[in-house]
Amino acid sequence: MGGRIILEHGAGGRLMHELIREISSRLKTPSRGVDKAVFKMQGGRVAFTADSFVMKPPVVKGCDIGMLSVNGTVNDLVTMGANPKYLSLSLIIEEGLEEDFLMRIIGSISDAAERAGVKIVTGDVKVVEKGGCDKIFINTSGVGRVYSNIRVSTLNAKPGDAVIVTGSVGDHGAAVLAARGEFQLETDVSSDCASLTRILETLVRRRIILHTLIDPTRGGLATSLNEVAASSKVEIEVEEEKIPVKEEVSSLCEILGIDPLYLGCEGRLVIFTPLRYAEEAVKSLRRLEESKDACLIGRVSGRSRTGEVRLLTRAGGVRSLPMLHGIPLPRIC
Amino acid sequence: MRFIQEYRDGELVRRIAGKANELLERLGRGVKIMEVCGTHTMAIARHGLKSLFKDSLDLVSGPGCPVCVTPDSGFSMVFQAAEAGKTVATFGDMMRVPLNGRSLTTLRSEGLDVRVVYSPYDALRMAEKEPRKEFVMVGIGFETTSPLFASTILQCRSRGISNLRLISLFKLIPPALSKLLEAKDLKIDGLMLPGHVSTIIGVRPYVEIVEKHSIPAVITGFEPVDIVESIRMILKQLVENRSEVENEYSRTVRQEGNVKAVRLMREVFKPVDSEWRGLGLIEGSGLALREEFRSFDAVEEYGLKPVETAKPAGCLCGEVVRGSRKPFECSLYRKACRPDNPIGPCMVSSEGTCAAYFYAGM
Repeated sequence: MGGRIILEHGAGGRLMHELIREISSRLKTPSRGVDKAVFKMQGGRVAFTADSFVMKPPVVKGCDIGMLSVNGTVNDLVTMGANPKYLSLSLIIEEGLEEDFLMRIIGSISDAAERAGVKIVTGDVKVVEKGGCDKIFINTSGVGRVYSNIRVSTLNAKPGDAVIVTGSVGDHGAAVLAARGEFQLETDVSSDCASLTRILETLVRRRIILHTLIDPTRGGLATSLNEVAASSKVEIEVEEEKIPVKEEVSSLCEILGIDPLYLGCEGRLVIFTPLRYAEEAVKSLRRLEESKDACLIGRVSGRSRTGEVRLLTRAGGVRSLPMLHGIPLPRIC
Repeated sequence: MRFIQEYRDGELVRRIAGKANELLERLGRGVKIMEVCGTHTMAIARHGLKSLFKDSLDLVSGPGCPVCVTPDSGFSMVFQAAEAGKTVATFGDMMRVPLNGRSLTTLRSEGLDVRVVYSPYDALRMAEKEPRKEFVMVGIGFETTSPLFASTILQCRSRGISNLRLISLFKLIPPALSKLLEAKDLKIDGLMLPGHVSTIIGVRPYVEIVEKHSIPAVITGFEPVDIVESIRMILKQLVENRSEVENEYSRTVRQEGNVKAVRLMREVFKPVDSEWRGLGLIEGSGLALREEFRSFDAVEEYGLKPVETAKPAGCLCGEVVRGSRKPFECSLYRKACRPDNPIGPCMVSSEGTCAAYFYAGM
C-alpha cells in the first residue's frame, strides 16, 4: 500500500479483489475476501450481505440506482441459496438534489422491494455538501433464510456440471455505457436489472441440485466464470455461440471495441448443476418471464489447479477467457 | 448484425482454414505472416484463429497499435501539458500508459485535469463550453484518426476557438512498412495489410513497397472470415510465386481510398520524420501541423519538450512492435506486466500485442 486509490480498484477485476483481500485481512475477518456470509441461528441458516451503490448516471434505460440497490443485495442473497427477507436502506445525498428526483428513486426502491418480496425494515439518511458525493449514493444490507436443502458455494462447482445462464449477458453494462452519453450513440439497449428471487424459488421447487450460483455483475460473465473456476479449482468450457447476447448489445460492443462477456448484468444468474438436471432446469426457467432466455452455455470440463476458463469461439477456434483486468477501454481506431 | 454475423460463420471459417492448411502443406516449410494492424492482432486472439492453422504458420504482430509505437518522448509531452495545468483530452487507451512509474490515470487521481474523449469533436465541444480553460488534444493514431483531427482543427479556425491545441504524435503506415521490410532479421513471407488505414489511403501506396520487396500482401477486414481468407490468399500467392497487393476487404476499401479524408489530412498536416518505438527514426513517417496552423500546436505554444526515459528493465515492447519477439518471450509478461499494471505500452491498449495475447491467454 502507499499509493492512491484509482478507479480500477472498483472495476471488478484483479485490483479490486486484491484491495478487498487487504481490507479483510486488516479487519481480521474470518471469511477473507467474501462479500457475503452464511451463519447458523436457531431454526436454520441465515444469509447476510451488504452492498453500496453508485451509478453514473443514476438513471439508465430499464434501471435506476434505487431499483439497483434493492436487486443488487437481493441477488447477492439469492446466490447464497437464500430467500431474501429484510433489507436496510442508507442514503447519502448530495446537497441540492431535487426532492422530486429523490422521491422517484424511493418509488422504484419500493416497487423493487415489493417485486422481490423483501421488506425494508431499517435505514438512515445523510446529506453531504455539494461535491461531497455525486447526487446520491445508496447502501443496502440484507438478510435471508437459506433454503434448507441447498448448499451452494463458489467452491462447489464439479467436473461434469452444466453451466446455465438465465438470460442475455451484458445488458446492464451496455445500458450504462449508452446512457453516459459520451459516445452520442442512439441505441435501444435496456438494463436487465431484476430480482432473481423467483428464479431460485423455481429451481428449489423443481428439486434441481445446485452446486454454485453466481450473479455476473461487475466484470461480467467472463469474470464470474473465472471466480468459480479459481475457487472450485476446475476447468470450465463455454461456447460463444450459445451465450445469449442481444443484438443491440453486441452492436454497441462492436462499435466500442468492448467484449460483452465483460459487461455487467444485474438480473442474471449463472447456475452450476449436475448435467442430468440441466435440461429440466432450463425448461422450467424458460417458463418464467425473467429467465425466458435461459440457456445451457457450457460445462465444467475437468479439474485444474489454477482454474481455467476456455471459450470455443463462434469462428471455430479455442482460446482462454481470462478475468477482467482493469476497466475496458474503448479503442482508438 | 448484418455484415458481421455472416463473416463469423464457423463452418465457412473452418472450410477456408482447411484450404489454407492444404496450401501450407504444399509449401512444405514454415511461413511467417505479419498482421500489421493491432485490431487484426486482437481479432485473431479474440476468435482463437491461431488454433485453426497448422503449426508451420507463424502469425506475428507488427507496428499497428498507435499507443505501442509512440516513444516515451511523445508521452512525456502529454504529461508535461497536464502538469502545466492544461486540460488534457485523450482517447481512453492513453490513460494507463506508464512513464516513470506514473500514468495519466495517476495524474488524474492527483487532481490534474485529464479527460477521456471518444472523438476530437468532444474536445472541441468542451473547449467551446469552457472558454477559460486551455485544452490540449492528444493526437495519436494512424491515417484513420488524423483526418478527424484535421477536420477539428479546421473547425476551430473557422469558429474562432483558440483554447484548443494539439500534440501531434500521428504516424503513417507505409513508411514504417518499408523500414520493416528492409530489416534483414525479420524474414516476413507475407503481409496482412490494415483494413481501416487502407479505407483512407486506398491500395496504391502499398504497390511500390510490395514490388520492391517481392512480398505477397492482402488488405484485410477484421472478421474471422476476412482474416482466414486473407491468410489463404497470401499462401496462394506464395504457392504461385506471385507478390502483389490484393484487396480482400473490397466491401470497404476502394482503390483510391477516401479522397476527401486524405485531402483534409494534407491540408492541415505535413509529413515529417518521426521516431517509432522499436523501429527508430523513420523518414516522412509522422505528421506535423502546417505553418498556417502553428497557433494550434501545443508543443510550440507551451514549450513542451520530448524527454526520453530509460526503458523499464526487461521490457521487450520495442522488439514486440517490430515483430522480432513474441510477448511470451518477455520475462515481465503476465508476471510484473499485466493489463491492470502495464510496464510497457504494448500491454495498455486493446490493440496492443501483449494485451491481445494476455486477453486470449496465450
